[in-house]
Amino acid sequence: MTTLALPLPRPTHPTGIWSWITTIDHKRIGILYGVTAFILFLTGGVEALLMRVQLAAPEQDIVSAEVFNQLFTMHGTTMIFLAIMPLGAAFFNFVIPLQIGARDVAFPRLNAFSYWTFLAGAIMLKLSWFLGGAPNAGWFGYAPLTGEAYNPGHGIDFWMMSLQILGIASLAAAFNFIVTIINMRAPGMTLMRMPLFTWMTLVTSILLVLAFPVITVALIELMFDRFYGTNFFVTQAGASPVLWQHLFWVFGHPEVYILILPALGIVSEIIPTFSKKPLFGYPVVVLSGVIIGFLGWMVWSHHMFTVGLGPVANSVFAATTMAIAVPTGVKIFNYMGTMWGGSIDFKTPMLYAIGFVFLFIIGGLSGVMHSSAASDAQQQDTYFIIAHIHYVLFGGSIMALLGGIYYWFPKITGRFLDEKMGQITFWIIFIGMNITFFPMHFLGLDGMPRRINTYPDGMGWDLWNAVATAGVVFLFVGLAMFTVSAIRSWRNGKRASGDPWDGRTLEWSIASPPPEYNFEEIPTVHDRDDWWSTKRRRAPAAVPVAGGSGENGHDIHLPQPSYWPAVVSIGLLVGGYGLIFNVAVAAIGGAIAMIGIYAWSFEPVNEPDDGAAH
Amino acid sequence: MWVFLGSDCMFFGTLIATYLVYKNKSIVGPYPIDVFDIPTTSVSTFVLLMSSMSMVLSYAALRRGRIKAFRIWLASTAIMGATFLAFQVFEFREFAVHHVEIDCVEPGKLTEFETDIFNEFCTEGVEHYEGSHGLTPATNLFGTTFFTLTGFHGAHVTLGVIWLLGVLLYSFKWGITPDRDLDLDLAALYWHFVDIVWIIIFTVVYLFGVFEGF
Repeated sequence: MTTLALPLPRPTHPTGIWSWITTIDHKRIGILYGVTAFILFLTGGVEALLMRVQLAAPEQDIVSAEVFNQLFTMHGTTMIFLAIMPLGAAFFNFVIPLQIGARDVAFPRLNAFSYWTFLAGAIMLKLSWFLGGAPNAGWFGYAPLTGEAYNPGHGIDFWMMSLQILGIASLAAAFNFIVTIINMRAPGMTLMRMPLFTWMTLVTSILLVLAFPVITVALIELMFDRFYGTNFFVTQAGASPVLWQHLFWVFGHPEVYILILPALGIVSEIIPTFSKKPLFGYPVVVLSGVIIGFLGWMVWSHHMFTVGLGPVANSVFAATTMAIAVPTGVKIFNYMGTMWGGSIDFKTPMLYAIGFVFLFIIGGLSGVMHSSAASDAQQQDTYFIIAHIHYVLFGGSIMALLGGIYYWFPKITGRFLDEKMGQITFWIIFIGMNITFFPMHFLGLDGMPRRINTYPDGMGWDLWNAVATAGVVFLFVGLAMFTVSAIRSWRNGKRASGDPWDGRTLEWSIASPPPEYNFEEIPTVHDRDDWWSTKRRRAPAAVPVAGGSGENGHDIHLPQPSYWPAVVSIGLLVGGYGLIFNVAVAAIGGAIAMIGIYAWSFEPVNEPDDGAAH
Repeated sequence: MWVFLGSDCMFFGTLIATYLVYKNKSIVGPYPIDVFDIPTTSVSTFVLLMSSMSMVLSYAALRRGRIKAFRIWLASTAIMGATFLAFQVFEFREFAVHHVEIDCVEPGKLTEFETDIFNEFCTEGVEHYEGSHGLTPATNLFGTTFFTLTGFHGAHVTLGVIWLLGVLLYSFKWGITPDRDLDLDLAALYWHFVDIVWIIIFTVVYLFGVFEGF
């Protein structure tokens, strides 16, 4: 194969920082995603902490109203796009190829590109704090409020460029995982033998692929309005003030399921493993996940019940919203059915999974409450909604993701996360979460609106606001303990075998941490929960040891690392920055990205002298 | 590729939806009926549709191993795509300078926009008015949505032309064989998709824009 003469030699560093920058190994990319997203999760937490401190007592002036607006916008955007989604992506990356018995994802370099582009988007968003103020119009950025006329600063520019860049990253990742899951399953793994987490990743990726173009177009329209003077959201020219809301929520509601379905997938792995039983009603759980993904498209206007779309639209969307509670409830009952009669082992991952089920039920119930358009009119824009979203996103997604970290940590690092510390941390976070968010139900029903920077004395809101702020302290202590324990255990935790939890799926049949090539021999799958039945089916002497001999991997041929994905991402970052401040810089960014894409597409998967031997 | 096209469907679907939401909502002219020139656009539409046919012929030639025919048809596809783009550039320019000419004494049948101009410029003593009243993305909602929608379609065609030329270049430099038809298949799939989107845009934007009753 002809190689175009390019100045850079192929990266060959096996260790060190360059090996991480040029890696295309899905496991390393997964770790990068996880660590980055966790740090960003903590920054989002600090933003929330500042808001809670401001609201702890009436009429405080710790942060100004302007900064408060920026804080809640950044908190929402950070947690959704920079924390929960990429934490999910971290697990997709690390676990999916292992669960389906593959050596890597379908497009390894595209996978690296997704990560670096995600990082570029994150830097873009966080830069706004230092370059003239963060965005301040809420994570949903309703136009025309975000239009040039009402929001002249650069905050919104950063927000929309960052979301565009993050959208590119998410789309690339979603294409990758759909192709990987459809095409790269081990022989014998039919769709209905796929682990639940893989199933939910597939549904999530399909949602991403279909939902992100909608927000992309909405952001392009906003960008044209702000940069080139078009009229998409200029009401003086006859534009509709509701168009943005529709476009945003057509994306935004599937987005909610993009955040929760990976969590449901993780819980569906943890509960059977620690109950020592197969998942109760596997086909029904799969089907209800698919139905959630489908119905998720038909409920967006329940975010707009008070816009005045009329009784017919409101009734229809109320009905579909109530309907979507059914498949979700089905899953909850299946989790309980799985635990019923099982020999439950209350290890930390299991605690988080049970915590998830408990908290997600509460969040689900308040969700059903405001699915009724009439009662939603009372709850709209109050702290009741804040309570609901945090019960489903913190109590739901974050609890499941933390459980996932405890569950797969031994696989990722080869060491256990400290179990005793884990149990204590779980209870602190669980209690802190309830102290923080449960009082918000009362505040909301008492009429306290969202997005206010302070409130007068004597409204009857003082007590519960103080309690909620106290709860945040628990959360921070818990998360600090978790962080410390994770760092310590990564260095010198207790060694874990390849199959420390008596697992059910293929990732537990190989060594911990997995070798670079994952599987010495691509397994043949005969069963749902194949590794579990392999262990049970054979005579004890014939059961393969998890991890294999580790001696046969030398001939396995893997794609080589590459600089170019990171180069393209840098180009996007520079280009996005340039579009805000200086067109010349944008051109430079575009040029960098084009060079990267060009070099990428002419770079052979492997250098000829190396690849020729195999 | 199918997954990508599904995603792109949502992309154009949203743009077309925006266009339809804002149809007939512009406060000032020019309106579609003032600027659209259906015969010209029909020609460029015909060229683009024919390019889909030559794409099919190119693919069929490659499958049969007739490399020369494959190259000829592929080149003609790219040329027809470029022709379509040239038409679009011409059309955008025409819209941007849109020339209005009114006989103030005997105006005859005027469109709504021309009536507005008539009222504004045909003051006493003026017998004949001529002037440029262009449509730009900033003029009104029609301009905003029209240029964005068709502009993004044009960008897709441009990308397609570059892709086809890339395949052509590849076939000269490294050679191509019938068993590598997937390379061409993906480009062809994309090309047909872009054509189909144009059929929808042509119908919804141009034809519905000019004929009464829509």
